[in-house]
Amino acid sequence: MTVTDAAAPPGPSGDGAGAPTTGVTPGPLAWLGSLANSLVVPVLALVTALAVGGLVIIFSDPDTLDSWGGFFSHPGQTLSDSWDVVYDSYKGLYTSSLGTQAAIGRTLVEATPLALAGLSVALAFRAGLFNIGGAGQLVVGAMCAGWVGFTWDLPRVLHVVVAVLAGFVGGAVWGGIAGFLKARTGAHEVITTIMLNYISFLLLAYALRTNAFQRPGREDPISKPVAESARLPDMSFGDITVHAGLFLALGTAVVVWWLLDRSTVGFRMRAVGANPFASRYAGMAVGGTYLLAMLIAGGLSGLAGTSNILGRPSFSLTGGYYSFIGFDAIAVALLGRASPVGVLGAAFLFGVFRSGATGMQAATSTPVDIIVVIQALIILFVAAPALVRSIYRIRAGRGAGQTFTTSWGA
Amino acid sequence: MKVELRGITKRFPGVVACDGVDLSVDSGEVHALLGENGAGKSTLMNILFGLYRPDEGEILLNGEPQRFRSPADAIAAGIGMVHQHFMLVPVFTVAENVMLGVEPTGRMGQLERAEAHQRVAELSERYGMEVDPEATIEDLPVGIQQRVEILKALYRDARCLILDEPTAVLTPPEIAELMGIVRQLAEGDRSVIFISHKLREVLAIADEISVLRDGKVVGHTTPGESDEQALATLMVGRDVKLVVDKAPATLGEPVLGVDNLVVSDDRGQRVVDGVSFEVRAGEIVALAGVQGNGQTELVEAITGLRAPRSGSVRFDGRDVTGWTPDDLFRAGLAHVPEDRQRDGLIGSFAVSSNLVLNQIEERPFSRRLRIDRRAVRKHAEELVDQFDVRTASVQSAASTLSGGNQQKVIIAREFFHADRLLVLSQPTRGLDVGSIQYIHRQVVAKRDEGIGVLLNSSELDEVLALADRVVVIYRGRIVGVLDREEASRERIGLLMAGAVEKAAEVEIPAGEEEVTVT
Repeated sequence: MTVTDAAAPPGPSGDGAGAPTTGVTPGPLAWLGSLANSLVVPVLALVTALAVGGLVIIFSDPDTLDSWGGFFSHPGQTLSDSWDVVYDSYKGLYTSSLGTQAAIGRTLVEATPLALAGLSVALAFRAGLFNIGGAGQLVVGAMCAGWVGFTWDLPRVLHVVVAVLAGFVGGAVWGGIAGFLKARTGAHEVITTIMLNYISFLLLAYALRTNAFQRPGREDPISKPVAESARLPDMSFGDITVHAGLFLALGTAVVVWWLLDRSTVGFRMRAVGANPFASRYAGMAVGGTYLLAMLIAGGLSGLAGTSNILGRPSFSLTGGYYSFIGFDAIAVALLGRASPVGVLGAAFLFGVFRSGATGMQAATSTPVDIIVVIQALIILFVAAPALVRSIYRIRAGRGAGQTFTTSWGA
Repeated sequence: MKVELRGITKRFPGVVACDGVDLSVDSGEVHALLGENGAGKSTLMNILFGLYRPDEGEILLNGEPQRFRSPADAIAAGIGMVHQHFMLVPVFTVAENVMLGVEPTGRMGQLERAEAHQRVAELSERYGMEVDPEATIEDLPVGIQQRVEILKALYRDARCLILDEPTAVLTPPEIAELMGIVRQLAEGDRSVIFISHKLREVLAIADEISVLRDGKVVGHTTPGESDEQALATLMVGRDVKLVVDKAPATLGEPVLGVDNLVVSDDRGQRVVDGVSFEVRAGEIVALAGVQGNGQTELVEAITGLRAPRSGSVRFDGRDVTGWTPDDLFRAGLAHVPEDRQRDGLIGSFAVSSNLVLNQIEERPFSRRLRIDRRAVRKHAEELVDQFDVRTASVQSAASTLSGGNQQKVIIAREFFHADRLLVLSQPTRGLDVGSIQYIHRQVVAKRDEGIGVLLNSSELDEVLALADRVVVIYRGRIVGVLDREEASRERIGLLMAGAVEKAAEVEIPAGEEEVTVT
């Protein structure tokens, strides 16, 4: 154990009066300092992940591997080949995600549901809950919104609004089941939400065979398309084309921020998440708070599914509808450190990866799975900031240690 | 081992924790280090233990200068520390905890459990500690857990033992036993440094006493040359009145009534077995008893945290049995919980947020859903000022405050809205003289405002200082209700131990018994 003189911890008998407080430092630009501090680890995590990803690219490319076989006879060539393959891969990634306006549009469209589902995980997390059920809540939300979209006939604006509401409510109910079980019986939400995920996938598969859902004249599991009047309109800014779901996501992020940071409900949720014992002593209904948090979180993931089905072609439900978003959202929330702003940034990054993957493959035949590797590395480094710090020998900043798990059965 | 600290200075940003401290402890000596929270005692000992490096000064062991880069170096040199907050693995046995980190291994690296068991048993017997090496930590009472911590140090051949506030978590009988153990530890050439702010204990056990204040040694004396009053004055730096001035109580209507309350603990055992008493407005009723006789569960039932099995609780005449803490709060009940860090505060929240923790949904702190942050801040600044809470800012995280100031935050919050009944559980545990004095004065002030106070304390001194009436609990039942005039230390002590007849025979000396606060 090394002796740390930088940050002064309180002594074992709570002798904190001798050590300075790690609270708000005076000065108008203090927030910049702490912003920089909390950005350091995620940024370095990204950089490191890209670097390691580069290594994986090198060693998974057959041609470059051949070149390494003869390293000692032409070292310069090998290194140059290696650099080329990495550079071209990442360039392909960049071009097809940010390089053209159309690409940016695609990236934003990919990022939209990730942002909403990421907010879902982040909000639940602040209340002390692990919402692994984003996938299922998303599916149920999409089902409800989709059903309203292709079954009812309403004037344009009203139809969209009702469909969006239906999607939120559907996801909320799905999340609420887990919240209710936790509140009533203490059943751990990780287990219940995962089980509910499976139930939702099977529910969708079943629904896609019923008359209510299935597209007439088709044998495969695909739903009727959502009516024109319920679709989220496309919006173009120059050559960047997105659908209105993007603004739904942005607006929701603002609402979630306000809820968590400025409202009594958010205060309660954060209190219960930080210390359920003291919250109970202070008279807060811990169980009820869990239920409310899961309802809202479920609704947010439901909105993710809603945004997809009402905004993206083919405007129809298919099996396993975008369920991967639910799990990516956990990584997004983690990378975004469970804050709305962070989630938006992380969602954008993951959107870049998603829309850039095909470009990378086209450029150098690098398999798209490399993206998954890079994402996984990012998660690894962000979940273990100490790893990043020890690689780059950074001192632990104030409040930099964020515990994501304390105990399993809490 | 002779331990010397010469000219130790340690600075942290903004504060000098230790300022040219000299300390000398001979072999076989019990040296008490006395001082308030924040005086620098823990920092000094952390330097000796290798956790910090001093900015100036040196450490000498048996005359040899030492340079510790980490506690590992200190431990190797023979320094052993028993921290106030234990570092034990609850699900491991005693032997496993003691050998953790220095496990005896065989040729192929396998764990030699028997050897460890043997050594632990030997040490335990030699120092009169009577600990079963195979017992699991979480099943052991706190006093025994502490002995395990001492065994850890002895197992590593500590020649100098540092005990950090060892009696803060012990019951009176456990304290007496610890004193005996400390004496035995000092035999041979082991030196013992005893950090405390409990004057009575320090005078009972120490050979030498050093008093620290604001990082400097302000006095050095022996028990023979000093007394509690003198030590307290040295510690605090001004004249400290150790007795609480209390006018006789003016009693009003009963605020709290408990009738035949039966409460079970988490394991389903009856820990409160038919308890009845009442608290009237303007009086302080103290629940006295050794910890673990049902007081905790009784208080939980009264404050709505635990549903009683049978019986009832009346608040201002209304039956409130089974009411939630929230409802009771609104009816005017304030509660200062026993475990301040777990139950009283949210460490990661700001001080200002903690000060409105149970009132955030009321005006003026919020309207509908929206929190009025300015109002919260203003309220916090007023309370911090009124209760003299030392913090860099009301926006600092509560975890950055010292124990005493954390307690003041909780006290400020609860006292502020205490309308009818104030329930206090171990309100001054682990606090320094200055804080204790302050809190006691506040409690008496509240009582004089006409509020009923229920005090649950295992500190006999505190009970005697504050109570108008003493209710003694033993094994979940009331074994005695005494008015203050009839309550002497001896009598209450006997009742606490269940010796009812003997207690009745105790004579109370004429004239008021003087009681010290710590």
